[in-house]
Amino acid sequence: MAPILKIRKLQKTFTLHHQDGAEIPVLENFTASIEKGEAVAISGSSGKGKSSLLKLIYGTYRAGGGSILVRHKRTWADIAQAEPHDIMDIRQHTIGFVTQFLRCVPRVPAEVVVAEPLLERGEEESAALRRARELLAHLHIPERLWHLPPSTFSGGEQQRVNIARGFSARFPILLLDEPTASLDKKNRKRVFELIEEERGSGTTIIGVFHDAAERRKASDREINLD
Amino acid sequence: MNAPLLQVSGLTKNYGSTPACNDISFALHPGEVIAIVGESGSGKSTLLRCISGQMEPSSGAVAYTHADGRVTDLFAASEAERRNLMRKDWGFVHQDARDGLRMGVSAGANIGESLMAVGSRHYGKIRASAEDWLSRVEIAASRIDDSPWSYSGGMRQRLQIARNLVTAPRLVFMDEPTGGLDVSVQARLLDLIRGLVRNMKLAAVVVTHDLAVARLLSSRMMVMQNGRVVETGLTDQVLEDPQAPYTQLLVASVLQA
Repeated sequence: MAPILKIRKLQKTFTLHHQDGAEIPVLENFTASIEKGEAVAISGSSGKGKSSLLKLIYGTYRAGGGSILVRHKRTWADIAQAEPHDIMDIRQHTIGFVTQFLRCVPRVPAEVVVAEPLLERGEEESAALRRARELLAHLHIPERLWHLPPSTFSGGEQQRVNIARGFSARFPILLLDEPTASLDKKNRKRVFELIEEERGSGTTIIGVFHDAAERRKASDREINLD
Repeated sequence: MNAPLLQVSGLTKNYGSTPACNDISFALHPGEVIAIVGESGSGKSTLLRCISGQMEPSSGAVAYTHADGRVTDLFAASEAERRNLMRKDWGFVHQDARDGLRMGVSAGANIGESLMAVGSRHYGKIRASAEDWLSRVEIAASRIDDSPWSYSGGMRQRLQIARNLVTAPRLVFMDEPTGGLDVSVQARLLDLIRGLVRNMKLAAVVVTHDLAVARLLSSRMMVMQNGRVVETGLTDQVLEDPQAPYTQLLVASVLQA
């Protein structure tokens, strides 16, 4: 197997200019290599930078030093150095992210929210919506809600729409930030089925999970940040 | 990679001895939406007026790449060429719809005029297009012959958007497009703009002081303070990991609301 993500000497510190320039170190000299098709769980105690690491890989947080090399369109791109334009391309084709909260746009229906990553990639509308409806059904979102904007849904329903969105467009690398937080047992099971399906099709998974049992279930190995 | 649609290089605009915009450079790619944020007096509206050809900068250049690959240097071009560009390829949405509409003629004529300016002559087609665009901006077709004076603020703003987009421009400049509207009206308008920009694959430069507007509409942001760009990046980078002291202040004071 070939590596798909190579992180070298990654460094991240938050500087709070309005708190007397307080410095909050998050990652110091973090190095890791992840193979194509691996499922890796990021573990560590609270505040050790698990979510931050995912956000650095996605380019939402800007690296303070080091490199984050990702295999993108047959070449290597360094997310720590990439221009916004290139990061957008990486997000459209190579790295997907299931975040913890759904950012609602007031009037976009749930099925379109889920289909959007596919539509942005230029996929045909009917196929994108078909995939979106499959996922919504899989995650127990009642059909009568599919045409409604999720802003009025319950917290759990919104989270499931968000998960559906994260899984709709298949990416070579999928980042998961506690995807089962705030879900009941029945839906947690459904999310693990989706993760299983992705692993089966060769997707590389990098995730932060709720507990050790979930980590064991969803990953081949663990990277501990403690 | 494609050539940028708009390339702004070293743009400076002085009012007397005070620079309103100081040495600003950036590139906008086709289909990209960039938000310029900052408080009033930061120079963002001056920058918008310069890059949209409405005001001549003290120094610097703005280059626009046409669909066929030709490049126009905005301030080296003739006035006629610049006018033609602004009419055919560009749109400009003003904060106050009264600045972007002709208030003396009907709503339908406001849309029809844009089409006639790019060469449409067939009355029936122009009328049909105006009706289509009214419905796309959620205005009842029965209001087509009414004066914009009889429209509410939100409707006028939607009409101004229709007047701008009916000619299918490639690039739209927006100056505080939701400023001065009620919050409920703002959400609807933003949603409408977002849908149109995505479906028409428009590139846009949106000036706003409202980070929520930037979050919803733009993929990239530029933060301005005292005529300078203090921070740029992807919208989620700037909002979730702001680097400049001024941006941190802006994000901390707004997102807590």
